[in-house]
Amino acid sequence: MEGSSAEAALSVSANSIRITDVTQDGDVLTFAIASQKLNSSAGVCVFRMYEDFDWLQQSLFSEENLPGLQGIIFPPLPSKALPSQSNTQTKALKQLGFLALGQDWQSYCKALEFYLQQVAAHPTLCKCKALDSFLINSESPGKQRGRKGIFNRLSQAVEEMRKESHKDVDNFFQNERNKNTNLAASSKVATEKLLDVVMTEQKLAVACGHFATSLHLCVNQDDAAAVAFSKVCLKLSDVIEAVKRNYEKVASNNLSTLGLGLDLESRYQESEKEMLFRRTCKLIELETVKKGTEKAKANKREVMEAFQKAVEKEFNLISSVAKQEIERFHSSRVKVLKTFLIGWCELQLNTAKEFAELYSQHLEACRNMYSE
Amino acid sequence: MAARSERSPPPFPDSEEPELLEDSDDGADAFTGTSISQMDSPKDIFSEPPEDISSDPLSNINSDLQKKVDATIPSPSSDEADLFSEPLDDDSEVMSSPEVQNPLPDLLNEPVKAPKSGVLGEPPVHKSSSVKKAASAEMFGDDDDEEDLFKEPPKVLTKKPQPSGPAVDVFTEVKVKPQVKDDPTDLFTEEDLTAPVPKPSASSSSSSRTNGVHSEEQDLFSEATVELSLDSPRNDRKKDAVKPSVSAPAAPEASSSSRAPSKTLEELEEEESEDKFDLNISVTNPEKVGDGMNAYMAYKVSTQTSLTMFRSKTFTVRRRFSDFLGLFEKLSEKHSQNGYIVPPAPEKSILGMTKVKVGKEDPSSAEFVERRRAALERYLQRVVSHPSLLQDPDVREFLEKEELPRAVSTQTLSGAGFLKMLNKATDAVSKMTIKMNEQDVWFDEKIQDVENEEQHLRKLHVMVESLVNHRKELSGNTALFAKSVAMLGSSEDNTALSRALSQLAEVEDRIEQLQQEQASNDFFTFSELLADYIRLLGAVRGCFDQRMKAWQRWQDAENMLQKKREAEAKLLWANKPDKLQQAKDEIAEWEAKVTQYEREFERISATVRKEVIRFDKEKARDFKRQIIKYLESVLHSQQQMIKYWEAFLPEAKAIA
Repeated sequence: MEGSSAEAALSVSANSIRITDVTQDGDVLTFAIASQKLNSSAGVCVFRMYEDFDWLQQSLFSEENLPGLQGIIFPPLPSKALPSQSNTQTKALKQLGFLALGQDWQSYCKALEFYLQQVAAHPTLCKCKALDSFLINSESPGKQRGRKGIFNRLSQAVEEMRKESHKDVDNFFQNERNKNTNLAASSKVATEKLLDVVMTEQKLAVACGHFATSLHLCVNQDDAAAVAFSKVCLKLSDVIEAVKRNYEKVASNNLSTLGLGLDLESRYQESEKEMLFRRTCKLIELETVKKGTEKAKANKREVMEAFQKAVEKEFNLISSVAKQEIERFHSSRVKVLKTFLIGWCELQLNTAKEFAELYSQHLEACRNMYSE
Repeated sequence: MAARSERSPPPFPDSEEPELLEDSDDGADAFTGTSISQMDSPKDIFSEPPEDISSDPLSNINSDLQKKVDATIPSPSSDEADLFSEPLDDDSEVMSSPEVQNPLPDLLNEPVKAPKSGVLGEPPVHKSSSVKKAASAEMFGDDDDEEDLFKEPPKVLTKKPQPSGPAVDVFTEVKVKPQVKDDPTDLFTEEDLTAPVPKPSASSSSSSRTNGVHSEEQDLFSEATVELSLDSPRNDRKKDAVKPSVSAPAAPEASSSSRAPSKTLEELEEEESEDKFDLNISVTNPEKVGDGMNAYMAYKVSTQTSLTMFRSKTFTVRRRFSDFLGLFEKLSEKHSQNGYIVPPAPEKSILGMTKVKVGKEDPSSAEFVERRRAALERYLQRVVSHPSLLQDPDVREFLEKEELPRAVSTQTLSGAGFLKMLNKATDAVSKMTIKMNEQDVWFDEKIQDVENEEQHLRKLHVMVESLVNHRKELSGNTALFAKSVAMLGSSEDNTALSRALSQLAEVEDRIEQLQQEQASNDFFTFSELLADYIRLLGAVRGCFDQRMKAWQRWQDAENMLQKKREAEAKLLWANKPDKLQQAKDEIAEWEAKVTQYEREFERISATVRKEVIRFDKEKARDFKRQIIKYLESVLHSQQQMIKYWEAFLPEAKAIA
């Protein structure tokens, strides 16, 4: 392996990571991932499947020599896309939301790309060997699958209900947890609503397309009046076509900017929630240990106290990492949301201007069409 | 009025036959000049002719006529009614005389039309007040005026007393031909004159037959027949001789003249209407009147015009929905059979109206009322933009008169129901007409076009409906999104981001408003437009059917004539002179009918053609207008959108 020097930072630049291509073979999507070496101008390109991404995520979860690992907000990996045609659109939508939209998995690739960039830009995670090998090694690293991460989401879900409401000792975390619950819920709702809007816009575009096409049926060149009417119909068809493109554009603007942004936001909130939950679990563990130590008999007390100290140390470490992470997360998510919002607004503004111009041209043409 | 008008037509028929016969003899030449001069006023025509007749060769006739007139005048109601009850049908259809046909297309002026139509064959059919009045005035005159009586007598006389008829007929025919040919300026008067004439011919033919053979007619004319029986042999022969000469030349003239002038007239009319059309009608202020199930919506119908036909420049009346339906029914009764495209009134919606009646102020019933209001407005605008319908007294009355008699029949039969009936009849007819081999390529193509178009429009309508639904859905979803963004903003910690998000929620709210407006714009500009035109196309098809019926009538008559001729040939072969005369009478009668029907068919064809051309033009104009309207609305909302985004952009950039 190239970057075998254990503690060496990532050998490629985080910002250069791109998913340049995606190919679909049956149910399997293969992504081409290109990145730029830090110390040279050479580019690296590898092909990865979703399983490789999953392997990377699990490796990050189970990274051993990282203190306070559990306090880290892991960049969220989108869930697996099932591209088989038999899978209905609605099912994919339910599972992936915005990421199922867009042509040729463009938004899904964007999300994966963003995931990789976030991992690579993370001050702790970027040192992970798994990431380096994922980005650079031409062979697929994800052979040793079976290795389930310590944070199994399924088992988590069961305990969640019980531990979620556990009162925190630290006000900061208590607040953060409350806010996170709110934000996670509302960002999820917002994402869903925006998704509905986009879907409707797409439907509207399709309906416009049908309308525009049907208008061509009315064309008839028999006599003067019919020709005049046909002209009107064709004009209308053009106009409706323009409306259709307008909606397509608006929908894709929504999708490519705010849609992805909200989706990312909501997944990140989930990720933060998981981190907070892990911390809460540790807290509960610590409290049980404390209780045990108090009750313990003298001969065992020493062992218990040592154990308690270890847990406490771990918990404090997690808390401090978590604090940093939360701070980092807040500033970065605001930045990310800002970029998406600005990009969205600009795109929509341009689209609106472009089509206003187009409509006024059409209007002019219509007025001069024939005055008889 | 209707009753009178119905009765009136028959008289002509009777007189006609005699006229024809007579024409050949003496009267024709003599009266041509005189009749023309008198022709100036339609009403006068009737009055004058009698005088002329009396003064001229007809003197003999006059005496007879007068006697008869005297007899007939008192009796008109009873006798005429009986006499013509059956004949009316035939006559009315037959009535379209060649000459009549010409005038009709030419007749730009409505007043002229009405009288003519009434006089010709329409009176029986049309109940229109105008027709009635004209007819009544002309035909029966007022009981008060003796002169009128005399005027009428000629007709009456001619009709009933066939013996006297000959003289009358002569006059009418003579007048007609000369007038039409001679004076272009007098067209209207001539037409009026001519109108009566054609009928006479048709009726005369029938009457002549009755005299000779027909049992039915005989009953009708029982009185006449008795007298006629003596004359009949002569008349019949004369008719035979006369008819070929008269009818044959007349038809070509009619057709040729009708076509050439009709086009130029159309153009003139078009220009005229475009230049002078200044009539704005708006339907506003829907208001619920009454309570419970007896409640109804009243609408304010305001008219603004500089047309001189109206009493003032602006006026306002209150009308309820059934009044609109009543107007439609009156108009369609009067005009659709002549091949006019009568715009269909909005459909009655029991469900929608019940909601309005029962419901309080709920949005769906408000939407319903607004939709109906707009539909009624469009309906009226379509009616008045039709040059002939605008002249209809019922339309004027509808717009001007303070109180309208309650339209009753509409309660059960709404516009939709009526159209459905029409369509059913249409289908039945169209099955029959598979036999009709269309000689006119234009019609052949047009009928096909209309059918295709209707299908296309239906398809488009479905598309637009789904478009509108999607728009509504979009606006609903946008509202939800705005709400969720507001929620997100409120739970956001970062002040700048929170502010931006709540701004965004506001933007989305406004966009939702825009989308809602756009949805209703789409609906009113396209969906309703298409629905209107789908129903209008139904009316167009109705016109084609009317034409088809006319054709059918003509063909039936043609077949009948053929049969009669064969019968005559058989009689000749069998050498049965006693029945031969009767057969000849019948042939003459049917020949006249064939001519009549053919002319009528041509007249309807011309009208339908004109109407369809007008309809097509109107349609293109209408659609164009709507597109412009639509584009304006789309452009407007796009500009609003630009404003919103421009306002939001700094907010987004301000996020720290």
